[in-house]
Amino acid sequence: MSGDPTNPVPLRVDAVAKRFGAVTAVDDVSFEIAAGACFGLLGPNGAGKSTLIRSIVGRVRLDSGSISIFGHPVGSSAARADLGWVPQELAVYPLLTCRENLQAFGRYQGLHGNALDDAIAWCLEWAALADRAGSPVRTLSGGMKRRLNMAAGLIHRPRLVLLDEPTVGVDPQSRNRIFEMVEALRSDGTTIIYTTHYMEEAERLCDWIAIIDHGQIIAQGTKEALVAQSFGSRSSVTMHVGATRVDLAAWAAARGGTAQDSVVFCSVEKPAEIAGLLEAASGDGLDVLDVTLQRPNLESVFLHLTGKELRA
Amino acid sequence: MIGTILQTSFRSLRRDRGAFVMSFILPIGFFTIFGFVFGSMRGSSTPRVTVLVVDEDNSDASKSLVRGLLREPSLDAMTHPRVTKENPAPADYTAATAEAAVRSGDAPAALIIPAGFGAHPIAFGPNSEAGSTQAKFRILHDSSDPVAAQVVAGMLEKTVMISMPATMAAVGSQYFDREIGGLTPKQRQQMDQGLAALRKRQDQQDAQPSAATGGSATASPAADSGGMVAVDIQDVVGEKKKSPMISYYAAGVGVMFLLFTASAAGGSLLDESESGALDRVLSARVTMTTLLLGKLTYSALLAFAQLTLMFLWAALVFHLDFFTHIPGFLVMTAITSFAVASFGMLLASVTRTRAQLGAFSTLIILTMSALGGSMFPKFLMSDAMLKVGYFTFNSWAISGYQKIFWRDEPISSLGPEIAVLVGSGVVLFVLARWFARKWEYV
Repeated sequence: MSGDPTNPVPLRVDAVAKRFGAVTAVDDVSFEIAAGACFGLLGPNGAGKSTLIRSIVGRVRLDSGSISIFGHPVGSSAARADLGWVPQELAVYPLLTCRENLQAFGRYQGLHGNALDDAIAWCLEWAALADRAGSPVRTLSGGMKRRLNMAAGLIHRPRLVLLDEPTVGVDPQSRNRIFEMVEALRSDGTTIIYTTHYMEEAERLCDWIAIIDHGQIIAQGTKEALVAQSFGSRSSVTMHVGATRVDLAAWAAARGGTAQDSVVFCSVEKPAEIAGLLEAASGDGLDVLDVTLQRPNLESVFLHLTGKELRA
Repeated sequence: MIGTILQTSFRSLRRDRGAFVMSFILPIGFFTIFGFVFGSMRGSSTPRVTVLVVDEDNSDASKSLVRGLLREPSLDAMTHPRVTKENPAPADYTAATAEAAVRSGDAPAALIIPAGFGAHPIAFGPNSEAGSTQAKFRILHDSSDPVAAQVVAGMLEKTVMISMPATMAAVGSQYFDREIGGLTPKQRQQMDQGLAALRKRQDQQDAQPSAATGGSATASPAADSGGMVAVDIQDVVGEKKKSPMISYYAAGVGVMFLLFTASAAGGSLLDESESGALDRVLSARVTMTTLLLGKLTYSALLAFAQLTLMFLWAALVFHLDFFTHIPGFLVMTAITSFAVASFGMLLASVTRTRAQLGAFSTLIILTMSALGGSMFPKFLMSDAMLKVGYFTFNSWAISGYQKIFWRDEPISSLGPEIAVLVGSGVVLFVLARWFARKWEYV
């Protein structure tokens, strides 16, 4: 995928490391993104995701490793032209209108004249903000601000777009609209890096997912592959039990599961195996209140790989 | 409930350590600076009025007066320019060179001791016989310093009284002799002996070393005021100007607020850093140097507009002669705006939060404004304060605007101001760029 110098990959991260004092934020991370892909980068808070994102946009001085965008070193003019970054923060000028913001960010990207006018028109249309072009940002709804934030990052029509949690704090309608915007980009062949804490978003939009924790990529692949790697073909069983003197952790461990408080987490190959599980619980004096059978999804994989403990 | 609000507010303040410290350091620091600066104005640090002395009489009496003026502690009297390496033996001032020096701002006043002073050194009362023939002193002064001429006149009167006792007694005896119909030979002999003793003492006093470095002069309060010496005070600078201090304060106040504006404009960097807009801009095709130059230009243009408005207002309301000084105004406003804009960039780049910027800039700007003459007229400052003022934008800006609007000097005379303001602006901008590295990469 990366060997053809005439057709370089949109993003190559090669053995990147970044330390802040004694803390290693990114630890020897390597990956590539294929052209036209939507690459989901998932990770709990403090996993090193933000440092990796800032490294990709050229805002971090790496301790080692390299990053290239379409074959150009990150930070170079060519790389900057090919990369569009939509930061998590609403990084727009609140007192300017939508159009004025797009003008400013377009000029920062080197656009002028008709090219700039065309880009602004496309952005306003793409973000469904054409009817609010003259409205100051501070008068927009949260969803509109998010869409403008995205548009400002894409004003120069980059070939690689980094969307950092673009749906934070918006209502379902706005979120759906943002999904449509991302899908429109994909249909145009734009390569996308998408970070989110909403697993259903990654499932819907991303065709390749990487999970980062403690500064390292701990798993990557398609959603189906990640589920298969973590759970095989088994389904998860969640069983709530009443107060008991039984050692739930030991009971669950004997059946290949875990327990937390009064909840037992197990897995079964086939749904019919639940009957045997319930029978064993009853025989050991457990008062089963509720049982849920669930096919593992991306969230299951995420929690399985990164654990359930709270992060920073 | 109020307790919770208080607790929350104090905790927030405490978490911004820079702002927290500055909340207490700011007033103490400002007070301390003012205490040192203005508190030291007593005693030997009392502002001395510089006066150039020209002795056109060259009589014993005039020489004695000059020596007395040189000893006068409230005057910085000079009979010739200060000795420098370039000019180790400067010639004494003449009336013409002294007037030129006053016009160029080297001194606020010059005292001309007229020829004939020795013949009729003092007179008692405006209508006295002696007064009618007495030659008048001339005080040439720059009316932008309204205090200097009055101080010189007063000190002249005092010096005549103190430094010329023999002359005083001699003239007094002449009055006495004339008014009571003549002295007896014995009385006249005793009088002559007394006067001889006085002259001896006066000579001994004159032989003592002078406290001043140059020559000196003083004047009585005003011409024909009834004092013992007749004085004619003449404005040689701004004699046709309507408001001597308008250009001074337009510049002084203007620069002070310019500094605040520049600081706030620089603070937009902190806002954009906080919002993430700075990261986004720097990830585009904009370098930090370009960004700072853009912010600097904006800040300088804003400052330029503010100063222009200030001077137009001065022209409209206070009749400042603005429209005949536009070239000089443009030069001074351009360099002043550039310097304060660079200063604002530096302040923003060395602080981390808006609160820190507000506290830090307030301390520095108010201090600079006080020392530089924006809040306190320079003619009331001691020499030490004036020297400290050279480290402020305010002082140089005021000096330049005064040259243009008050002294009607050509743009070529602005060399020192241009060098200092442009030079310091460049240095401050380079420093701001260096400190701005914190925003470039982590």
